[in-house]
Amino acid sequence: MRELQHDSKNSWLNYIFLIVLGLVMVYPLIWLFTSSFKTNADIFGSSRLLPTTYVWDAYKLGWQGTGQYGFEDFFINTLKLVIPTVIFTIVSSVLVAYGFARFNFPLKTLLFSVMIATLMLPNASVMIPRYILFNKLGWLDTYLPFIIPAAFATSAFFIYLMIQFIRGLPRDLDEAATIDGCNSFTVLTRVLLPLCKPAIFSVGIFQFMWTWNDFFNSIIYISSVSKFTISLGLRLSLDASSAVSWNQVLAMSVVSIVPCVLLFFFCQKYFVEGISTTGLKG
Amino acid sequence: MSVTQSILNKIPKSGRRKIKVRRNYQYAGYLYILPWLIGLLIFQLYPFISSLYYSFTDYNMVSAPKWVGLDNYHKIFTEDPDFYQSLKVTGIYVLLAVPVKLAFALFVAMLLSAKLKAINFFRTVYYLPSILGGSVAISVLWRFLFMKEGVVNSLLARLHLGPVDWLGSPDIALYTLGLLTVWQFGSSMVLFLAGIQQIPNDLYEAGSIDGASRFSMFFRITVPMLTPIVLFNLVMQMVNAFQEFTGAFVITHGGPMKSTYLYALKLYEEAFTFFKMGYASALSWILFLIIMAVTAVIFKSSGGWVHYEDGGK
Repeated sequence: MRELQHDSKNSWLNYIFLIVLGLVMVYPLIWLFTSSFKTNADIFGSSRLLPTTYVWDAYKLGWQGTGQYGFEDFFINTLKLVIPTVIFTIVSSVLVAYGFARFNFPLKTLLFSVMIATLMLPNASVMIPRYILFNKLGWLDTYLPFIIPAAFATSAFFIYLMIQFIRGLPRDLDEAATIDGCNSFTVLTRVLLPLCKPAIFSVGIFQFMWTWNDFFNSIIYISSVSKFTISLGLRLSLDASSAVSWNQVLAMSVVSIVPCVLLFFFCQKYFVEGISTTGLKG
Repeated sequence: MSVTQSILNKIPKSGRRKIKVRRNYQYAGYLYILPWLIGLLIFQLYPFISSLYYSFTDYNMVSAPKWVGLDNYHKIFTEDPDFYQSLKVTGIYVLLAVPVKLAFALFVAMLLSAKLKAINFFRTVYYLPSILGGSVAISVLWRFLFMKEGVVNSLLARLHLGPVDWLGSPDIALYTLGLLTVWQFGSSMVLFLAGIQQIPNDLYEAGSIDGASRFSMFFRITVPMLTPIVLFNLVMQMVNAFQEFTGAFVITHGGPMKSTYLYALKLYEEAFTFFKMGYASALSWILFLIIMAVTAVIFKSSGGWVHYEDGGK
């Protein structure tokens, strides 16, 4: 219907605008990629997108790094941090969401409201005591400050996303399974879990990206270079490598975003679903 | 379960409610939410409350916290010009970046909603910066793009404009960082787009039968129907913008002349460079109160501009 409202001239203008905007949006990313093959002279003071002289070894040299630890270490470290965090986030938020979505218990409404309220609790107002707590527990300079809170479902966003999804599944399924002899836990694992796959993907992908790109928590909790994540490694190379080959810094920037870009392109559906299940009903 | 149900069916409606409420408590629910409950107490509630306590102390993590009453707050408000600078800079940043980002997101979502054929392609392209935006890699990129001899100035030079000192001038640097935020309008746009697609077509049909122009349908149908999403976006983006850190830290280090010294940078320095945990806790409480106040104002005003289809829940 709405399409009818647009006359064709308008529609062409819209298209042109959308395409130009699209170019402006992705141009920086394309520039980042092509510039990782440029010499310093090409990176600065040139408006050309493509290199005049191609430099092919930026990726290899950047990956090795100059210091004791290179990006191979940073990459592995990041995986060591991200993978457990993602898995624990999925498990904990499914369990908690199941509790909220399918059971009726005293104080449920109150607890649910508290959960929603923590969605808006600024990180800034808990980070200092958390840091002091983790220091007392001896968790500083480990990945535990990321992994353990994930296991205790501290991210209300993911619980909420799962609750919304589970609420959308018919309760008849649970009842039928109960008649067939399932208890509440096997109802979850055998009946609901397979159906929750899209939501689980959404939670996993979002948490992967956010943890992968996280900088603030990493810089607070991780201090030794041997444990640096990609974010910290990148900043290290940006601040340390004065007057060296900038293309290596750019090349490593490309490497650091590639996992997220790939994940995004292959799992787009889940992104959009995830963002609209939570956002709309919020 | 089903047995209960069949018994319930035999009970007259008026009597049913009571029984349901009493009999339907399933305490197993607590078991499932237990991880969250523990996490809430240890990682959220306890830190939140103890940060209030720390804000009244002098604590450097080496010796025990020493109670100093309101000293920290007093110092912040009377002896710390950097506090006012960071507050000012953050205020400008939030007031500019958030509305511009949302307005842009809504505008593009509107254009996209009319073009159902290529919608997926454009949505992907516009959304991409949102998922990468917070990373250090993008901050690195921004630093290169907007350097004095960077690409942006080279492109401007071709149009015989500039050069602009995007990151070196205290008057401009904050806006260059704001641009990075606006560049990430995609996530808000996706929300708006989903919202637009859920607006029932009948409304537009009715509108066009009544002879409404496209322009008036936008302002009388689309915008009112989207206001709940605008509210949600506004609050979430505002809370995030008040805590913006990575860009200012990596790209400009808060400079030049503290012109991009956002509140989160101030907080970070006091806490994790100088380890003045008490002082930083007081700063974090001031930020919390500011965010709460702004949220309250937004919610309070929302009665006037947010339209709920069911007349409010």
